[in-house]
Amino acid sequence: MRRQVSVGRTVAWVLLAILLIVTLFPFYWMLRTAFSDNTQLPGHPSSLLPVESTLGAFKRVLGLATIEEAQAQGGSGAAVNFWLYLRNSLIVATVTTVCQVFFSAMAAYAFARLRWPGRDKVFALFLAALMVPPIFTTLPNFVLIKNLGLLNSFAGIILPGAFMTPFAIFFLRQFFLGINRELEEAAMIDGAGHRLIFFRLVIPMSAAPIATLGILTYINSWNDYFWPLLVGQQENVRVLTVALGVFRSQTPQGGPDWAGLMAATLIAALPMIILFLAFAKRITNSIGFSGIK
Amino acid sequence: MTTTNAPPDTDRSHGKQAAPPGKRRSLGDLKVAIIFLAPATLGFVVFYIWPTLRGAYLSFTEYSLLSAPKFNGLANYERMLQDSFFWNALAVTVEYVVINIGVQTVLAVGIAMVMYRLTKSITVRAVILAPYLVANVVVALVWYWMLDFQVGIVNQALGWIGIDPVAFFGDSHWAIPTVAGINVWRHMGYTALLVFAGLQTIPSYVYEAAEVDGSTEWKTFWRITLPLLRPVLVMVLVVTMIGSFQIFDTVAVTTQGGPINATRVIYYYIYERAFTRFDFGYASAMALVLFVILAVVSLIQLKLLRARESDLG
Repeated sequence: MRRQVSVGRTVAWVLLAILLIVTLFPFYWMLRTAFSDNTQLPGHPSSLLPVESTLGAFKRVLGLATIEEAQAQGGSGAAVNFWLYLRNSLIVATVTTVCQVFFSAMAAYAFARLRWPGRDKVFALFLAALMVPPIFTTLPNFVLIKNLGLLNSFAGIILPGAFMTPFAIFFLRQFFLGINRELEEAAMIDGAGHRLIFFRLVIPMSAAPIATLGILTYINSWNDYFWPLLVGQQENVRVLTVALGVFRSQTPQGGPDWAGLMAATLIAALPMIILFLAFAKRITNSIGFSGIK
Repeated sequence: MTTTNAPPDTDRSHGKQAAPPGKRRSLGDLKVAIIFLAPATLGFVVFYIWPTLRGAYLSFTEYSLLSAPKFNGLANYERMLQDSFFWNALAVTVEYVVINIGVQTVLAVGIAMVMYRLTKSITVRAVILAPYLVANVVVALVWYWMLDFQVGIVNQALGWIGIDPVAFFGDSHWAIPTVAGINVWRHMGYTALLVFAGLQTIPSYVYEAAEVDGSTEWKTFWRITLPLLRPVLVMVLVVTMIGSFQIFDTVAVTTQGGPINATRVIYYYIYERAFTRFDFGYASAMALVLFVILAVVSLIQLKLLRARESDLG
């Protein structure tokens, strides 16, 4: 009996180890390729270490190499400037996250802590919007943004997500509901209005869930591809994900600039990887909530 | 869902505090609520409600984005019935969803079980979640490179064990399973964590009782764990199925619908119709059909969920 259990456990540990390797290997391969010399890559396709390790790919992608250098290394020679796209992604993700979380928190407060006729019906309506698949609203939203003359502007990319998402309101409402009434009533007796209670009591007490939501929103916004692809094609507002798609289609079909491509993906993924390393525990623990409740 | 979570009693006492008795009481905190809700409602009406209504209207029009939409009744829907590309897109999407959900769910339950029995380590959980936090586009590009026909590491590895290289993206039989597999890699950790959270809600005395009765591990899993996990699994299925019907990024970055329509999924087809052919009315009609399909799927699944819950008592 005992031996059988330990055999089972050994097998399970082996499976877990395989899983972790399968999960992490592509990240490693991205790293290994990004530091390789592109012209030498095809000769050593399975080398575990970078082939002729060089920073050439990063220079190419960040616009630090001349056109001739880039072409000699197998790049397309087309101007790419990932610094610009990095800046654009930072602007879009930051503004979207700050506005969306703040306005959603205000709405969640109205749904959780205020009492007014029709409240639950209005909340149900907000939740019902979760059912509508994004593509269905995306088409008319594109027409709207186009008619407003906001194509290829940060406003056009940011506006649809800036005010709220049903999920954000739902998420925060759950936490606001749990706040102790007595604290709030004590503050009211002291003459505090709702504005003060919201800023001084509810927001500080919900700092943890607000931070979690903020991180998740930031990651989603950073990773978004479809909407910025539609409304932010021009260079000056192009975000990293869209730039990656463009970069991929620019690389010569004969011998793609794999090293450059992987350097570019690494640059695009790095901020999220850092964010994740910093908040792994918080993000991981929030998964149970977002799925089950 | 949990629309009526607030206990009514505390609610009322709070209302008393907030508003003086008399006529204003019935309106409660309406004035304050309007201020707090104003920005969110603006966004909700402009970017959710209005586009939903407008999308429904556009689906009955011919619209090229250049001139005003022209009402054309059911023409778009009639056209859809005849459009072999549409049916192909639907079939390809269903194939994708079935492979993706099937493989992902089985793997996720397996991973969750292994984690549950072996380790509660936050590091392990974080590592398996990592792919989920990287953009679809990044994931697609990394795998596009690793699955390259000539120099990709996967085909190299297949070569070592004597298997001929596979044109993962170029072979119409392999393209959809490949795209599905990539997204399984991205999502399985996330799904496993959802199942893992469900496993933790099963009380340990259930297992203890099973052990006393001499149930084997295998039997315990099939007869106890899985049935008790069913509400969680249905919820997971609803979430992942709605998500996977909307596969776009991976296809847009890797195959762009090819080879020969093999990966032209419904989302991608709608995108092409709307933004490369400017066939906006027709695209809206297809989006509405997708909407209906998703609504039906999630209603069926939610119904199953309810049935299960009442069974469990």
